[in-house]
Amino acid sequence: MSVGYLASDSLLGYVLAALVHIALIINIVAVGALVFIWLERKISGRIQDRLGPTRVGGKFGWLQTLADGLKLITKEDLMPAGADGLLFKIAPYVSFCAAIAAYLAIPFAGGDHPFAALRVNSGIFFVLAVLGLEVFGTILAGYSSASKWSLFGAMREAAQVVSYEVPIGMCAVVPVLLVGSLDLVYIGDMQAGLFTNWLVFNDPFTFIAFWVYFTCALASVNRAPFDLAEAESELVAGFHTEYSGLRWSFFFMAEYGSMFSVSLLAAILFLGGWNGPLPVTEWLGLTGEVGTLSWYLGSLIGAANLIGKATFGVCVMMWIRWTLPRLRIDQVMATCLKYCTPIAATMFLGAVLWQYNLPHRNFFGLSDRPAATYAVSEGWELEKAKAEQEKALLEQDIEGAEQSENLDETVESRTAEAVVKTVALRGGN
Amino acid sequence: MDAIYWPSFFFLLFGLLACGFAVAVLLATNIVRMAFYLIMSLSATSGLFFLAGADFVGAMQLMIYVGGTLVLLIFGVMLTSQERFVEMKTMAGDWIFGFLAGGALLVTLCWVAFSVPAWRGIDRAAAEQLQVEPTVAPLAMGLLGARTDEGGEHGYLLFFEIVSVHLLVVLVGAAYLARAKISRGTAAERTSHVEPGAALPK
Amino acid sequence: MLQLPLAHLLNEPIGVAHFMVVGAVMFVCGALCMATKRNALGVLMGIELVLNGANINFIAFGSKYLRNDANTLGLDGQLIALFVIVLAAAEAAVALAIVLNFYNNHDSVDVDRAKQLQG
Repeated sequence: MSVGYLASDSLLGYVLAALVHIALIINIVAVGALVFIWLERKISGRIQDRLGPTRVGGKFGWLQTLADGLKLITKEDLMPAGADGLLFKIAPYVSFCAAIAAYLAIPFAGGDHPFAALRVNSGIFFVLAVLGLEVFGTILAGYSSASKWSLFGAMREAAQVVSYEVPIGMCAVVPVLLVGSLDLVYIGDMQAGLFTNWLVFNDPFTFIAFWVYFTCALASVNRAPFDLAEAESELVAGFHTEYSGLRWSFFFMAEYGSMFSVSLLAAILFLGGWNGPLPVTEWLGLTGEVGTLSWYLGSLIGAANLIGKATFGVCVMMWIRWTLPRLRIDQVMATCLKYCTPIAATMFLGAVLWQYNLPHRNFFGLSDRPAATYAVSEGWELEKAKAEQEKALLEQDIEGAEQSENLDETVESRTAEAVVKTVALRGGN
Repeated sequence: MDAIYWPSFFFLLFGLLACGFAVAVLLATNIVRMAFYLIMSLSATSGLFFLAGADFVGAMQLMIYVGGTLVLLIFGVMLTSQERFVEMKTMAGDWIFGFLAGGALLVTLCWVAFSVPAWRGIDRAAAEQLQVEPTVAPLAMGLLGARTDEGGEHGYLLFFEIVSVHLLVVLVGAAYLARAKISRGTAAERTSHVEPGAALPK
Repeated sequence: MLQLPLAHLLNEPIGVAHFMVVGAVMFVCGALCMATKRNALGVLMGIELVLNGANINFIAFGSKYLRNDANTLGLDGQLIALFVIVLAAAEAAVALAIVLNFYNNHDSVDVDRAKQLQG
């Protein structure tokens, strides 16, 4: 990687590249929160037959969040007398860091050089793991506030997030299973072409898995109807009861950041990622060499696609929040353990059977997956094709030689060797 | 001065974080602070795993260790942290004896680490030729009993199965163990244990 | 004489030895935690630190980017580290159940008071 004429090993080049990445990622969280808070106010207003903010910044009140932010900065930063100072101060940053860190591994456009800060080979696993860390900020805040309400909120959140990680993991494994890779770039590229290639439409099982994933994602980022940790009718404001000013707004930004990242993940895993419903970039020929203008344009359109889908996901979350009443804590746990987990497990099994019986069918079995995406679905598919090729070659060789009785056996064993060898050659993934 | 070799820089960063917070766990007296330092130390360790080219294990560390085991631990802390248990001082004699033994152990281990020349790392020129290889598929194949790196079939399938069943049995057993006794206690005991204000810092 | 390669720490690639030092520090801290803490959960945290110190060594010995010769553990290192992580989760669950049990029966988490078996 290099930035312009600065080589990657020079001090300036490396630091500059790092700073650009950091600035972009922080901007996604911070600007995203700015937009989403405004959006939430507008959407909640419309749902409740109000107008929402209308004054600050012109017609739609689009600068309202900025005004709120200024107000928050000028507010007094309170800390309860009995609080554990260090933990109380550090808790919002723990939440915020976890929310940012998830964006490290999320690609915004695909191809050989994806728009990603860091292309992690086990991308989805990493993102889910980091998203799970956000709960620590909540627990620390709840404990250190020296308030019963905070502690109750934190305990609820801890129990909830840990339980909901199980069905989320199972649902996320379904696309991984179909693609054959944990790499988010592969998973997104696999769904190129028409919207019929999107994994949500791949088969009935992925379709249901998507909805289960979305429900559980809603719960894991503590949005209504699962926002028991901050249930204002019971717990004042839950784990952030004692927080005020800028620290409180860090919790808020973390919440919106993780909402956006789980929506991004849903878009990449199920909704085609950076591929639009129609392959417009391909039709326009915007798939040039890396670094050319057409590549930049194509990738930018891809990123816009992805961000649009994720924003739509966030809007749906807001819609749900202002429509459904809050569940009780036992109902939340029952939803996870009695419904989401068994359904997710069943969908996982169903997807396995589907993949086994109808490996190349998609769109609920109505059409064939385009052959171009086989290459993306690395792993077994590719190994099998190679092994069959080698088997054919071997058979040709052996046909030339004399016939032997255990011909099939030798072919089988040599094919197995070839599989192991090709996997080794490709470094596995 | 030579250009900075960035992996080394990040090793220093994560290594210092891991060691520093490990020492903080040792020196802290407040059990909740200890839990927090432990989280930081183990997260930094996962950074070290990434640096060593083990990205899957690093993510696993974050997911299971930091996201699972430590949440469990913190639950334990919160359930038992009555005022008198939050701060528990260690006796001075324990400290002196501990530091003598621990210091000796640490010096020995470090001396061993640097006594083998091959362990000191590779040349910079050779390091820059290295390509980072993905580890997910080889690990998965290894767990399923086929080795892609060395060939052959001396994988870990049986061990994998045993560990899975073991984990299941252990979790069921732990749930039973923690649950059975609570229901046997008297009502007065039970209410005294779930006193919500008891876990708050003073 | 033992030479500590501290002078070129930032300019030269790090090796297994450096990882081992980090692992050793974590191991010793964990062992001391286990020995000195009176809170049962503190002892448990010590165990986690010890396991992690060991894990760092496994990963370092399994990595081929960290040493001069080709005698690495290879994938075995990472696989063993995976098993250690999983077993540590199991161990933590059981230990926590025992601690909670102890707390329920004796109303304390002080390991010094657990001497019923002393007879």
